[in-house]
Amino acid sequence: MDKIKINTPLTDEVVKALKSGDQVLISGEIFTARDAAHLRLVSLLNEGKELPMDFEGQVVYYAGPSPARPGEVIGACGPTTSYRMDDLTLPLLEKGLKGMVGKGKRNNVVIEGMKRHKAVYFAAIGGAGALIANSIKSNTVVAFEDLGPEALRCLKVENFPAIVVIDAEGNNLYDSEPEKYKK
Amino acid sequence: MRSINVIDITQKVKDVCITINYEIDPLVRAAFESAKIVEASKIGLNIIDDLIENSEIAKSYKAPICQDTGMIVAFVKLGQEVHIEGGSLEKAIHQGIREGYDEGYLRKSVVSDPLLRSNSGDNTPGVIYYEIAEGDVFEIELAAKGFGSENMSRSKMLKPSDGIEGVKAFVIETVEQAGSNPCPPIVVGVGIGGTLDKAAYIAKKALLRPLGSHHKDEHIEQLELELLDKINKLGIGPQGLGGTTTALAVHADTFPTHIAGLPVVVNINCHASRHQKVVL
Repeated sequence: MDKIKINTPLTDEVVKALKSGDQVLISGEIFTARDAAHLRLVSLLNEGKELPMDFEGQVVYYAGPSPARPGEVIGACGPTTSYRMDDLTLPLLEKGLKGMVGKGKRNNVVIEGMKRHKAVYFAAIGGAGALIANSIKSNTVVAFEDLGPEALRCLKVENFPAIVVIDAEGNNLYDSEPEKYKK
Repeated sequence: MRSINVIDITQKVKDVCITINYEIDPLVRAAFESAKIVEASKIGLNIIDDLIENSEIAKSYKAPICQDTGMIVAFVKLGQEVHIEGGSLEKAIHQGIREGYDEGYLRKSVVSDPLLRSNSGDNTPGVIYYEIAEGDVFEIELAAKGFGSENMSRSKMLKPSDGIEGVKAFVIETVEQAGSNPCPPIVVGVGIGGTLDKAAYIAKKALLRPLGSHHKDEHIEQLELELLDKINKLGIGPQGLGGTTTALAVHADTFPTHIAGLPVVVNINCHASRHQKVVL
C-alpha cells in the first residue's frame, strides 16, 4: 500500500480523509509532550493561565528523546506508551489538537473526544527510536526545559513514518487487526 | 582470596550500559529472523523489518536502540573468597551507570523520589541485588529495563488449588491485557512460588537467561513452550497491530513456597531485551 504524505498543521479535511490502517509520512512541525509536560499543560489550563503554545491543528508526539551527540539533531526518539496521557488528553483536544502520535491503546474518553473534535491517533513503532530519529531535522525546546527528556519540544520532521490506528470516526486498528490472527 | 579493584568494576559496568543500549543481542536478531518466516500479518512483517533496520542503524551510528534506555537492574554474584578493594562495591556500580549514561548519550530516566519525581540527572540509582556464592566468582548481570514493558507486569497470590492451570490463565490474561503497550514482540518472565518478592525476583532474573533457553526441569520447560504457543495465538502481533509474533520467548522459574500459597509474577520485557553479564 502506498504511504500517504501529510503536512502539519492538520486541517479537518486531512483528518477526515485519514482512515484506520493508512500508513502515513508526516512532514512539518510536531511537538513532543509526555507525562510530566501533560500534567503541567493541564494544570495551566485548570488555573486559567496561557499555554506556552497554540495547539490548533497541531500534532503531539508522546516521546522523550535520548540526548543528542554533539553536532546531531537528536538521539533516539521513538514513541512512549500513550494510555498514561489518556486522562490528560481531552483538554488539549478542546484546544484544537488534531493529531497524537504514540503507541498502544487509548481509552473511550479519548476516542469519543477524537470523534467529537475530529482528531486522529497515529502509532509509531515502539522501540525503533534510532530509525525514527532519521526523519527528525530540527529539535528545539518550546517550554518546560527543566523537565529534561520530558520537555515540550518542537521537532521539524520530514516523512516521519506512522500508521493511523484510530481515525476520527473511531475505527480502531488495535481492535480490528488482532482479531484476524486470533486462534 | 582474590582481589578485585572497584575501578575495574566501574569500567565494566559503564561499558556494558553503553553496549546493551547500542547493540541488539544476537539471539534477539536471530529471533526476529525466525519470526519473519512464520509471521502471518503483512503489517507485522513490515514492523519486524523496521526493527531489524533500527538495530542496524543503532549499531552503526552508536545510537540507542530505543530512547527509553532503561533503569539499570544489576544482579551481583560475589564469591565469599573475593576481596573488593579500593572503595565501595555499590558506589562503583553506580559510578559505572553514571559514566555510561553520560558518555553514551543515554537518556536519564530515573526520578529520585517516586512521588516528588525530580530526575536524578544521571540515571542512578540502579536496582542492585547481591548474591553471596562459594569460591572466588565475581559476576554482574546488568539489564537496562524499559518501563513500557515493566508497567505491564503483574503479580497475583494464587491459591494452591489454582495449580498450573491458574498460573497459565494468569500469564495469558496479563499478556492479553498488556496488548500493544509493552512493544511486542515481548519476552515474558514468569516467577512461580517463594514469597511475593521472591516470585518477582526470579521472574526478573528469568528475563536475563539466554533468549529462548529453557528451564532445566522438564515440567517447567513444557510450561514455557505451552505458554509461548498460547501467547502467539492471541493475535496481538508486532506492536499490537495483529499477527502471530506476540512473544519471542517465555522464561519461567520456580522456588519452593508455603503450603498456603502459590505466588505468581509476570515480568514483561520489550523486544530490545537488553542485558549482558560482566565477569571479572
